[in-house]
Amino acid sequence: MTRITTENYREEAIKGINDPVLQKALANLQIRLGRGAEEAYRNLPEGPGLRRKAHEIRMKAVENLDSLLERLSEKIRSRGGHVFFAEDADAAVTYCLETAQKHNVRLAVKGKSMITEEIGLNDAFAAAGIEVAETDLGEYIIQLAGEHPSHIIAPAIHKTRSEIGLLFSEKLNIPYTTDPETLTRAARKALREKFLLADMGISGCNIACAETGHITVVSNEGNIRMSTTLPKVHVAFMGMERITARLSDHDILFRLLSRGAAAQKMAGYVSYIGGPRISGQADGPDEFHLVIIDNGRTKILADEEFREMLCCIRCGACLNMCPVYGKIGGHAYGYAYSGPVGAVVTPLLVGINRAKDLCLGETLCGACKDACPVDIDLPRMLLLLRSKLADGDLKWNVRRDNTGEKILYGIWSEIVQRRWAYDAMLSLSRKGLRLFTGKEGIISSLPFFLKGWTDSRDMKPPARESFIRQWKKSENQRRVK
Amino acid sequence: MNSNKKVTLFIQCIIDGIFPEVGVAVVRIFEKLGITIKCPAEQTCCGQPAFNSGYRKEAKRAAEHFINVFGDAEAIVCPSGSCVNMVRNHYPELFRDDAKQLEKAKGIGVRTFELTEYLVDVLGLEDLGSRYDGRITYHDSCHLMRGIGVKEQPRKLIRKIRGAEFIEMKDSDKCCGFGGAFSVKYPEISTAILEDKVKNIIDSNAEIVTGCDMGCLMNIQGLLSRRGLPVKTLHIAQLLAGQSI
Repeated sequence: MTRITTENYREEAIKGINDPVLQKALANLQIRLGRGAEEAYRNLPEGPGLRRKAHEIRMKAVENLDSLLERLSEKIRSRGGHVFFAEDADAAVTYCLETAQKHNVRLAVKGKSMITEEIGLNDAFAAAGIEVAETDLGEYIIQLAGEHPSHIIAPAIHKTRSEIGLLFSEKLNIPYTTDPETLTRAARKALREKFLLADMGISGCNIACAETGHITVVSNEGNIRMSTTLPKVHVAFMGMERITARLSDHDILFRLLSRGAAAQKMAGYVSYIGGPRISGQADGPDEFHLVIIDNGRTKILADEEFREMLCCIRCGACLNMCPVYGKIGGHAYGYAYSGPVGAVVTPLLVGINRAKDLCLGETLCGACKDACPVDIDLPRMLLLLRSKLADGDLKWNVRRDNTGEKILYGIWSEIVQRRWAYDAMLSLSRKGLRLFTGKEGIISSLPFFLKGWTDSRDMKPPARESFIRQWKKSENQRRVK
Repeated sequence: MNSNKKVTLFIQCIIDGIFPEVGVAVVRIFEKLGITIKCPAEQTCCGQPAFNSGYRKEAKRAAEHFINVFGDAEAIVCPSGSCVNMVRNHYPELFRDDAKQLEKAKGIGVRTFELTEYLVDVLGLEDLGSRYDGRITYHDSCHLMRGIGVKEQPRKLIRKIRGAEFIEMKDSDKCCGFGGAFSVKYPEISTAILEDKVKNIIDSNAEIVTGCDMGCLMNIQGLLSRRGLPVKTLHIAQLLAGQSI
């Protein structure tokens, strides 16, 4: 299993905020990709409303997963491919590992795939003594550095040119340089050797097509095409929701995916793979395996209120607009998925109590919804997750997170139904806060939970007279007149 | 010309308790327009703080009170985008299992307007004849802009203020980091986001930062004041009413 560190959200967030290199990288990323995607949506001939259409396509697929997956696997099997349904991460990893061992695989090359991060594939292969080489340039860099991705599509944004220069000079034995072209050439040379030596290729799947029976992989570096055609065996992983009914759906979905992910009209390489190489074909593997993974998705599917989350195509667009992600970076989220998508999907996959900080630690600004190429209402689900934490939930096995807060809101809810009680509360807080008010009528230090405010910000104390009281007085005067 | 119009004011709790001068400014605006004002003295809070923290049963009680107090008022006007977003977009969610209340909630949502939305879209006004001398920049609050789609209305009003020079800041549509309870529960993240906002305000070279939500403005003011920066925060109602600082 992959490492889950969602409990460290707060401290990892602070680390991210205090890392000047990361701050600069995140700011650039959000301008280039975040604002870029906004413009790309605006420039769509159909306009940003196309995202609603894509939402409907995705939702329809999610509601018909059983029959779509059946059609996909029938078609792949009929072409001599193998399809395995994995209930959880362990089953998926074990299947892949056994396939590798059967073929005496010593080296596997991998195209960027978040689901293999989710199931912890690399660690399991390493433990079995099989090398897995990441072939996406960003993923390759962080693999050499022994780190985890910090962004869904730009995994190494937290690394600087000089850090990469040092890393390459140490690991690839090249003279130190910060020239991006030289560094890329060095990576390319090292990776070409891996591609030629590898006995297995591993990939994810962007969006499969039930009608034609293909999985698809999209990339800009061509590395996924190499990983899936050169080695003898290709194992592809997909979350069970990553499918659509018709080939024509791909037109809309890929145009939006490319815009959302990278502000591009279309990614550089789009491959359709439907099985192993057949006779007469020059390229392609001898064996093709598709691993379709549940790992908690059935539970999301079964809940009407969270089902929408399965529309997600993991493009990372929401990260590029999120003010919180833009400050804390990806590592704080403690799992494969970061940013707003992580804040919703991670609690659903690893446990809502365990990952509570992810959904509580968001501003609810709604930028993620506007950024999403398939128009997922992430803020709605963040609020829903919070309601599960507030009151507990049997279906999701959630315990109440904060009994004290529950009691306070209970009292509050009685007060807000009675203006006299509300006035009393105002007057009490006014008196209480008067003790902390400085000469200039400003509060600059408060105890308990309010310290969070005054550690960095001043506060104005409540007014001597509430607006409603002033209004009542003036109304009485008017009556007297 | 508007003498037959009536508005019922809903004053956000932050304004009611901490910034009553904003409420006074709203009253002045409508008085000047010759519009009859009602302001139910039983009103309290729309329930948003509880709802955003997940306490839906508690938020529902506040919402029921709101519906009782405002009942069949023909136009409820509120100087806060996030409260209007709560009433219009979240009340229906709170009452979805109660057909009768749901109908009332939806009805009240349609009749609840944010101040600038009411002035520009309903009354068709842009020039209120106000005067304010100074350089002004505007912060788009999230629930106002994304929740109820109000983006141009406040700008139209500001541009017509005599003596005012309107300057767009960079990333005016980006969150200020307030987020209600988020600001005290995750103060480091909240402050990091706020610092960017304040930097953009300072870089705009404006003397005044304005907006339609006192929550955001209180947050922005908090850091401006702590840093001793000379920029002042004013609610848009205060500018339109010509209220001085």
